[in-house]
Amino acid sequence: MNAGIAGNRGDSVRSDCYVKCTIGSVGGWEIEVESKVEAMYGASIRNLAEQILSYYEIEHAHMVIEDKGALPFVLAARLECAIKKVTAVEKPFLLPLINESLQRSTVDRYRRSRLYLPGNNPKIMLNAGLHGADGIILDLEDSVAPQKKFEARFLVRNALRHVNFGEAERMVRINQIPEGLDDLPYVIPYGVDLVLIPKCENADQIVQVNESICELLQVKESPIFLMPIIESAKGILNAYDIASAATNIVAIAIGLEDYSADIGAQRTVEGKESFYARSVVVNASRAAGIQPIDSVFSDVAKVGQLRKTALESRGLGFVGMGCIHPRQIGVINECYSPTVEELERAQKIVDAYNIALEKGEGVVSIGSKMIDPPIVKRALNVIRNADVLSKNRRNNHG
Amino acid sequence: MVKEVRNAVGRYIPEEINGKSVVPFQGVGKFRPTGRKFAPRIATCADYPNDGNKLVASLKEALVKAGLKDGMTISTHHHFRNGDLIANMVFDIAHDLGVRDLVWFPSASFPCHAHLISYLKDGTINRIEGSMNGPLGRFASEGGMKGVGVLRSHGGRYQAVQDGEVEIDIAIIAAPTADAFGNATGDRGPAACGLLGFALADSQYADKVIVVTDNLVPFPCIPWQIHGNYVDYTVVVDQVGIPEKIVSGTTQITKSPDRLLIAELTARFCDEVGIVKDGFSYQAGAGGTALSIGIYFEKILRERDIKARFIRAGSNQYPVQMLEEGVVDYILDGQTFDLEGVRSMRENNNHVNTSPFTSYNYHGKGNFASMVDVVILGATEVDVNFNANVVTHSDGVLLHGIGGWQNCLFAKCTILPVPLFRDRVPVIVDEVTTLCGPGELIDVIVTERGLAVNPSRTDLLEKLKETDLPVRTIEELKEEAEQICGKPAKPTFTDDVIAAIKWVDGTVIDVVRKVDRR
Repeated sequence: MNAGIAGNRGDSVRSDCYVKCTIGSVGGWEIEVESKVEAMYGASIRNLAEQILSYYEIEHAHMVIEDKGALPFVLAARLECAIKKVTAVEKPFLLPLINESLQRSTVDRYRRSRLYLPGNNPKIMLNAGLHGADGIILDLEDSVAPQKKFEARFLVRNALRHVNFGEAERMVRINQIPEGLDDLPYVIPYGVDLVLIPKCENADQIVQVNESICELLQVKESPIFLMPIIESAKGILNAYDIASAATNIVAIAIGLEDYSADIGAQRTVEGKESFYARSVVVNASRAAGIQPIDSVFSDVAKVGQLRKTALESRGLGFVGMGCIHPRQIGVINECYSPTVEELERAQKIVDAYNIALEKGEGVVSIGSKMIDPPIVKRALNVIRNADVLSKNRRNNHG
Repeated sequence: MVKEVRNAVGRYIPEEINGKSVVPFQGVGKFRPTGRKFAPRIATCADYPNDGNKLVASLKEALVKAGLKDGMTISTHHHFRNGDLIANMVFDIAHDLGVRDLVWFPSASFPCHAHLISYLKDGTINRIEGSMNGPLGRFASEGGMKGVGVLRSHGGRYQAVQDGEVEIDIAIIAAPTADAFGNATGDRGPAACGLLGFALADSQYADKVIVVTDNLVPFPCIPWQIHGNYVDYTVVVDQVGIPEKIVSGTTQITKSPDRLLIAELTARFCDEVGIVKDGFSYQAGAGGTALSIGIYFEKILRERDIKARFIRAGSNQYPVQMLEEGVVDYILDGQTFDLEGVRSMRENNNHVNTSPFTSYNYHGKGNFASMVDVVILGATEVDVNFNANVVTHSDGVLLHGIGGWQNCLFAKCTILPVPLFRDRVPVIVDEVTTLCGPGELIDVIVTERGLAVNPSRTDLLEKLKETDLPVRTIEELKEEAEQICGKPAKPTFTDDVIAAIKWVDGTVIDVVRKVDRR
């Protein structure tokens, strides 16, 4: 008999579980639970398993659950996946939504730091929202082993609904198109703010993603933001086409590991090999009116070098970069935040703008100097984002 | 069945444990001892060699000469932590001699002592009066021990010996360096562990004292942390402890981002309420989070060019570096956790070895614990009344000792930095499984999702109003933990008491019952 298996086992596994499900034709339900939290949650785990079997109208099943302290949303994802591996049932099994996953993002919010979380590792998702990242990425692509791609979708879907990521923008990196289109039904209806499209090479891939989103949500225009990641020479040459392919694209990111390999270069700390590509991404993004975002810095221990790299990146025009560890978030946020001088200057411009508004004047000026509209707009943005930042800090802490 | 009475924190306590009557916990500072301290027999030099040579051929011979027999109380110490070889050796000998019903009175036990489970099973050992960690705790929780275990804090152990609650028949003090007279030190030798403070009470009050060493030096052994004048016999063995397992406390700063977050929040709290200032003092724990908090304190001190007056430790390389670079005046050390700590104690007069008598004994004329400005401690559970548990897990199984934890609660500000939940197990609960420390002594709980201040600390709450620290109520934290994890069921127990939890004054604050495995 076929067994449906999902989840992880082994001594180092924590906050996760392993489920093995076989469906038979006689004998009713047999549910074996071995849990390190048996005394506190053994009954609750059995209840959940029974609830899911009832939900899918399965009358005869043998379930083995090895639990290492998985939270209910993790157990539910593993149980559902194990069942779906052995029987053709379509509908999702959803636990009640938490309120915090209802908040929505905005187009021009800060995207200084985005923290990558492997999509099949529940342990590190639980507190990911506490470290101050502007965005968290539940990753279905490179950090998930091929044989785990299917089960990761259920975990990511449930994480979107049940983990409080605080003020962070909730992002999912799907797999490369076309495979990534199959990830969309698991994320689009469930509260994702932004979808990262990896290894993006042309505008058509954006169109395909948007068509899927619109179909899934039965809408004409996608309310969900996109951030294509350009990771190849071809992608760089099509950068502006990609950046301007749809109005729901809010940023373009560059992935330098793959890009360097693609052009036959070694990725270096100085980054001379990718200078052209990075500049193209900055220019294409700015031309399309969206945010250019830099790659990740992969040596977690080197905080000093991270700072240097982030400051250089900001100097090139980028507004943020990826994080592979929470320890990188603070430095990255700091490097991409406006400095005190920039804030003061922006405040002066905003004050002048407000005075002009009051007086009904069309021209904003400080002293005898006229301020151009784009500069006013940028200053307004800087101040508004700074307000949001300080408000977020208070909320995060209270 | 023994009658049970309700103590001052609402826990039901048998009136008698191990055939001795019990004083139930009466409240902090409420129990008043009367009478005089315990006194060992008067010895005379006429019975000891004039040349000071108390060496006997083997540990077995020393134990036989000390009169080892059924029912005796035998003490050992945890200076070698998980590298201890002597406790197991002592009970191997007792077992070979056919001695039964011994009471083992260690200052703490470690996983290396799981070897003794077979002696608890066959009746060589009746019970353990001391911490029961890991395998020993599980064995006791399942009802495997014949007598009832008794857990005491480091200070409570000194108090129990001083007050005569526990009469030690034979104390075996394993020493990294000693002379034939019995003078001993922990700061040098192949098994150097720093100090021998946990054996102080035993040397002073035990009927017979045996010093065991693998590094015998000619008289005098300087410094003499243990005075030979208390010692009956000295023994040389090949090895007293495994060096690499001796200094094995958690001496790494945590890399866990979640714990770093808690550490940073704790340090910010201490700073913003004005605890971190010139001349302040703190207790540095051994855990990764506590270590990291120490690093944050150090950073603040250096930035402002101010100094701490003393650190109570658990020392390791970090406080040592602070001492050597003048960021702190003194380390008052109870145990050293790495070789840097051992070296510093040996070389630096301002790195002082302390004992449970000076630091923790509640039946003395004061102690150091209450003079510390801030102490950082752990807990397995904390409840909405700020009561905390350090000995059992939420499934009811006994897995840890008390250590100096209860004694440290008397600091001016007691902070427990804990995660809101571990895996799926909430740490903030409605009622602790085992109550080891009353909430009135616990001031602040810091979690990754905010901190809660004991409502009785209106002074701290007032200061926090001026800050943007994430202050929550303890109930809110409990609610959030249950929202994430689900409401935990309570473990089920039988009526059988497997261990008593003593308070620092010798009263019983709670008991641990046998887990029900139905």
